[in-house]
Amino acid sequence: MKRSLFGRIWPNLTAVVLFIGFAFPVYWMFSTAFKPTGDIITDTPVWFPTDITFEHFKKAMAADHFWTLVRNSFTVTIVSVVASLVIALLASFAMARMRFKGRRGILLTFMIAQMAPWEVMVIAIYMLVRDADMLNSLVPLTAFYMMMVLPFTILTLRGYVAAVPKELEESAMVDGCTRPQAFRKVILPLLGPGLMATSLFGFITAWNEFPLVLILNKDIESQTLPLWLSQFQTAFGDDWGATMAASSLFAIPILILFIYLQRKAVSGLTDGAVKG
Amino acid sequence: MSVQTEKADSVPAAGVRKDDAPSGGPAASSRGRAGGSAPYLLLVPALLVTAVLLGYPLVKNGMLSFQNLNPRQLILHLTEWNGIDNYKEVLGGSDFWRVVERSVLFTAANVVLIMVIGMMVGLLLARLGKKMRLVLMLGLVLAWAMPMIAATTVYQWLFAQRFGVVNYVLDSLGWHSMADFNWTSSQLSTFSLVTLVIVWQSIPFVAINLYAASTTIPKELYEAASLDGANSWKSFTLVTLPFLKPFLLATTFLEVIWVFKSFAQLFAINGGGPDRLTETLPVYAFVEGVGNQHFGMGAAISFLTIIVLLAMTAYYLRTVLKQEEDEL
Repeated sequence: MKRSLFGRIWPNLTAVVLFIGFAFPVYWMFSTAFKPTGDIITDTPVWFPTDITFEHFKKAMAADHFWTLVRNSFTVTIVSVVASLVIALLASFAMARMRFKGRRGILLTFMIAQMAPWEVMVIAIYMLVRDADMLNSLVPLTAFYMMMVLPFTILTLRGYVAAVPKELEESAMVDGCTRPQAFRKVILPLLGPGLMATSLFGFITAWNEFPLVLILNKDIESQTLPLWLSQFQTAFGDDWGATMAASSLFAIPILILFIYLQRKAVSGLTDGAVKG
Repeated sequence: MSVQTEKADSVPAAGVRKDDAPSGGPAASSRGRAGGSAPYLLLVPALLVTAVLLGYPLVKNGMLSFQNLNPRQLILHLTEWNGIDNYKEVLGGSDFWRVVERSVLFTAANVVLIMVIGMMVGLLLARLGKKMRLVLMLGLVLAWAMPMIAATTVYQWLFAQRFGVVNYVLDSLGWHSMADFNWTSSQLSTFSLVTLVIVWQSIPFVAINLYAASTTIPKELYEAASLDGANSWKSFTLVTLPFLKPFLLATTFLEVIWVFKSFAQLFAINGGGPDRLTETLPVYAFVEGVGNQHFGMGAAISFLTIIVLLAMTAYYLRTVLKQEEDEL
C-alpha cells in the first residue's frame, strides 16, 4: 500500500522539480528585466518582483538603430528559412520517393554538409564576399543562413515525406493526377506539421547566428540583433536589468513562435527524427 | 498469447519497405521509369546552392590552409603559398592534440548526460498524468525555445559572482565558500557552467521526441513481455530500447554534431578562458584564426576539425548508408 502511494507521488514530484529547473532561468530573465535596480543588486534575491518598471526595456531599445536591427533580423531569418524549405521540399521528395543513381552519395553529402564548421569558415567566406563586393549586405547573409539550415531541413523533411503512405499518392495518380499534382494535392497538405517542425530549427539557427554577421557586416545599418545583444552586454556588463531586458526582447519572438508551433512540432518531429 | 507481434517496424518504415512488390502494376512501372531525370531535376537547386555556398567556401578554406595569410596579406590581396607549413605547425605543437582530447571528452560528457537524462525525462513524460505532463512539457519548451545567446546571457546572470542567485542559494544552503565564487575562474567550473547551459537546452529536444516516439510502441509488446514474466527493467531493455534504437541513434548523431560545434556558449561565457583552458576545436580555430589573425592557420585547424567530427560520426554514417542499401 505504502509503496503504491510512493509510486504515484514520485513521478509528479520529479516533474515539479524538473519544471522548476527548466523554467526558472526563463522566469529569472523576465523577472529581472522588470525589477527596479534596487531589487536586482541586493544580497537577498527578490524572488517575486513587487515593483514593476519598464526602465530597463527603455534603455535596451534606446540603442542606435534598434528598429533597423529588428527589421534586418526578421528579414534575414524569414527569407532564409522559407527559401531553404522550398529547396529542401523538392530535394527531400526525390530522396524519399525516387530511386536513382548516386542517391547514397547525395545523402552522404547532405549528412556531411550538416557538420560544416561555419564558425571557422568565416575567413574564407569573408574573402569570397569581399571579392564579390557584397560586404555590409543582407543578401550573402541570407544565402549563407539558408545554407546552414538546408541539410537538416532536407534530412528531416525526407523522413516526413517517407512517412506519408505511398498508396495515397498512387491512388491520386490512378485518378488522373500527374505526379506534381499528386504531390501538391496529397502530400503537401500532410506535410504541414513536418514543415513547421523543421522550420523551427531554421528559425532558431538563423535568429541566433553570430560569428558570420560579426565578420561580414561592420556597418550598423546591416547588422542583426545577436550583435546588438552581445555588444549591449559588453557595454552594460554589470547592468543586469538592462541586459536581461535585452535578452527578453531577443527571446520573445522565438518563444512565441515556439509555443504557437509546439503542438504540431511535437506530434510531427519523431517521424522525421526516426528516419534521420 | 493471442497477439504475437514480432514485427516492430510499424508506421515510419511502412513507406519504405514496399518497393519489392513482385508484380509491377501500372503505377509502379511508370514510377520506375520516371526515375530518369526527374530526381535530378528536383535535386538541382539543393545541390547547386550546396556547391556554391558550402562547397566553394570549403575549397577556398582548403586553399587558405596552404597559405601564409595574415592581416597584411589579407588587406593587400596577396597570395603567399607556404605548402604544408600550417599543418606542420598545428600538428607538431602539443596545443592541438590537447584541444582535440578536450573536445572529444567535452562532447562525450555532454552527449551522455543529454541522452541519459533526456531519455529518463522522456519516459517520465509517458508515465505522468495529463495535467502534470502538460506542466513539465511547458517547462521543457521554455528551455528549448530560449535563443542560445539569450540563454548564455541569463546563465551568466544566474551564476554571477556578485548578486548571482546560484551563489546565494548555495551559500544559504550552508556551502559558505560559494558565497562569492567566481564560476569562470577555473577550467572545471567554466566547463561545468557551459555543460549546464548546453544540457539544459538540449534535453527538451531529446525528451519530447523520445516521449512522442515511445507513444508509438504497440501496447501488445509490453503485454506479451509481462506474460513472459519480464519485470519492468526487462521490458525496458527488451521492448522499449530496441524499439527506440533508430531514434536514439539519429538523435545521438545530431547531438554529437551540435555539442561538438558549440561555439557561442563557450565563447561568450569565458572566451575559451581561463588561460585558453576551455577552448574546444571550434573555439580554438576561431581564436587562432580570427582572434590572433593567423587566417591560414585557422583554416588548417578548421579542416582538421571536420576530420575529427567525421571520425566521431563515422559509425552512424556507415549505419545509415548500409540501411539505405538494404532499402534499394
